[in-house]
Amino acid sequence: MASAEQVSASRLAPPPRRRRGRRAPLRSWRLRDQILFVLTWTAGIALCAVLTAVLVFFAVQGIEYLRPSLLVTHPSASVTQSGSGGFLDAIEGTVLLGAIGLLIAVPVGVVTAVWVVEFGRPRWLGRIVESTVEIIAGTPDIVIAIFGLAFFQLGFFSFLSFREPGGAFGRSFLTAGVMMSFLAIPAIYTATRNGLLATPRQMREASYALGKTRIATIRRVVLPAVRRDIATGSTLGLARIIGDTAIVILLLGATLRLQSAGSFGFLSGTGSTLTSYIFNNSPAGDGNAPQKAYAAAAILLLLVVGLNWAVGRVGRIGGPPLHQPSRRLGA
Amino acid sequence: MSSEREMTDSEPDTEAWKNESLPIDKLDFEAELMAIAPEQTNTSVRHARAPATTVERLRVEDVSVFYGGTPAVKGVSLSIHKGEVLALIGPSGCGKTTLLRTLNRLTELTHNASHSGQILLDGDDTHELVDTELRARVSMVFQQPNPFPMSIFDNVAFALREQSRRRPRRRELEPLVNQALQRAGLYEEVRGDLDRSALRLSGGQQQRLCIARAIAQEPEILLMDEPCSALDPRSTSVIEDLILQLREDLAIVIVTHNLQQARRIADRVAFMYLGDLVELGDTEQIFTAPRDEQTREYIAGVFG
Repeated sequence: MASAEQVSASRLAPPPRRRRGRRAPLRSWRLRDQILFVLTWTAGIALCAVLTAVLVFFAVQGIEYLRPSLLVTHPSASVTQSGSGGFLDAIEGTVLLGAIGLLIAVPVGVVTAVWVVEFGRPRWLGRIVESTVEIIAGTPDIVIAIFGLAFFQLGFFSFLSFREPGGAFGRSFLTAGVMMSFLAIPAIYTATRNGLLATPRQMREASYALGKTRIATIRRVVLPAVRRDIATGSTLGLARIIGDTAIVILLLGATLRLQSAGSFGFLSGTGSTLTSYIFNNSPAGDGNAPQKAYAAAAILLLLVVGLNWAVGRVGRIGGPPLHQPSRRLGA
Repeated sequence: MSSEREMTDSEPDTEAWKNESLPIDKLDFEAELMAIAPEQTNTSVRHARAPATTVERLRVEDVSVFYGGTPAVKGVSLSIHKGEVLALIGPSGCGKTTLLRTLNRLTELTHNASHSGQILLDGDDTHELVDTELRARVSMVFQQPNPFPMSIFDNVAFALREQSRRRPRRRELEPLVNQALQRAGLYEEVRGDLDRSALRLSGGQQQRLCIARAIAQEPEILLMDEPCSALDPRSTSVIEDLILQLREDLAIVIVTHNLQQARRIADRVAFMYLGDLVELGDTEQIFTAPRDEQTREYIAGVFG
């Protein structure tokens, strides 16, 4: 076994340092290959440069304008910069909306993926579900937002916000969270589906061969095997939610502070997120306080970068990858 | 994982079938041979290592398996006894894996598979048994080690945890898990560290874990589909020793491409070719005095 192999290897001299053999020089390549080679490097480096520029810009802006007090004080309407407070409510709104969105999107995305991959019959229904998710993924958020507004302004949904003459107000954390989940569902669905497809058939068969039913196999073997994919998809979906502006402006009211309303308190009330805060304080918005917008943008960027880092971490926790490539030992 | 292997192993060699035109009388002859095969083995000198008593566990009666319209196994009859190792040998695409997977109804998972004939487990038609119950009694170890992505303990306990009933506590399962790991010869290597991920084990250890998992619920029959073909020689010999020990309590059916392995561990050997059971006999007889010309040529390496 492997341990025995390691023992015998350690008795031998240490392996020599890796040396690269001679390779064909770039000059000898065909012209087309040379051009493509240079292009790929240029494109890669250019992309990194743009990203670095964005990060450096906001790091500088953040250091210049970000004050700890901004993170913990409520915003208020004021003509002076010193009087308009911080963006505590925006941070709370971002966290709350992300939580509501994921709470809806994770079960829906995972269950849909499981159905499509594990059952998916009748075939035509499976195909419809597949393309529906693709269409949702490609729909601009503003379209989702305005559909959501029209939908939730129906009187029937007044419990999610509050009743108004002629229907419901339609804007609240709950209604915005529901529409936000549509941004996260495709990411969660795709990651889960790919994980399920990459789960070897042998793993399922091993479970069947031990006398387990299909449902037990999915619940106890297949789903645990893709929990990392679910986590990855959720993190990507969360990044989409916290980065979205259109739904916040149309469906969350983009009010300066969290305002409770209706039957569920602040959940059925309005509020703002970092994105809408940035929008309102940018030169294009009402607030016109670019310094605060930059500070909020730095925080938002930090969140997104942190989430991306988390995606990478999630991919590594708990041992080797679950869809390990087949391990062939010896003969 | 490897679709290549699936094509060569689990699926019948359709091209070969199209080219093959078996004369009717040949088929009849083989049916005759198959019918008398079990009796022959009873009268012939049994393998020295085999226990004296033989309780018939599984009886396969005239079983044919088709993928779509293509036959993969053609009218095979044989029986499997407690305390013996039966090896199925034959070239790729000869139907031995298909036959093995039919024994615990895993072929039902293939959409276009159908079959005729009867398989009796202790006298009961396996198709009358609930599939989960059958597979708990006729367990299987696969070619590629396929541990679940969970801890070593959970892998072995997986089979023991009843579905839809109260989940047994870890304390209750521990002795059973330890016992299964001991029987599979893995306990000494992993004890004290049962919560480690099973994927961190070496290939040979993973395969022994799969065996522990398969025997944890005390099956009557253990099916093994080339359990050593993905392993190094050292792991292979560990598993072969293990098979010889497990034989005491169960009946083992093993598919193998490795003739030497069949000779080392099997009590009886069945040679299959193009879906037919060509010859079934005592291991020594098959390897030293095969009755059938095809068997002799296969053993001698004329084709493979």
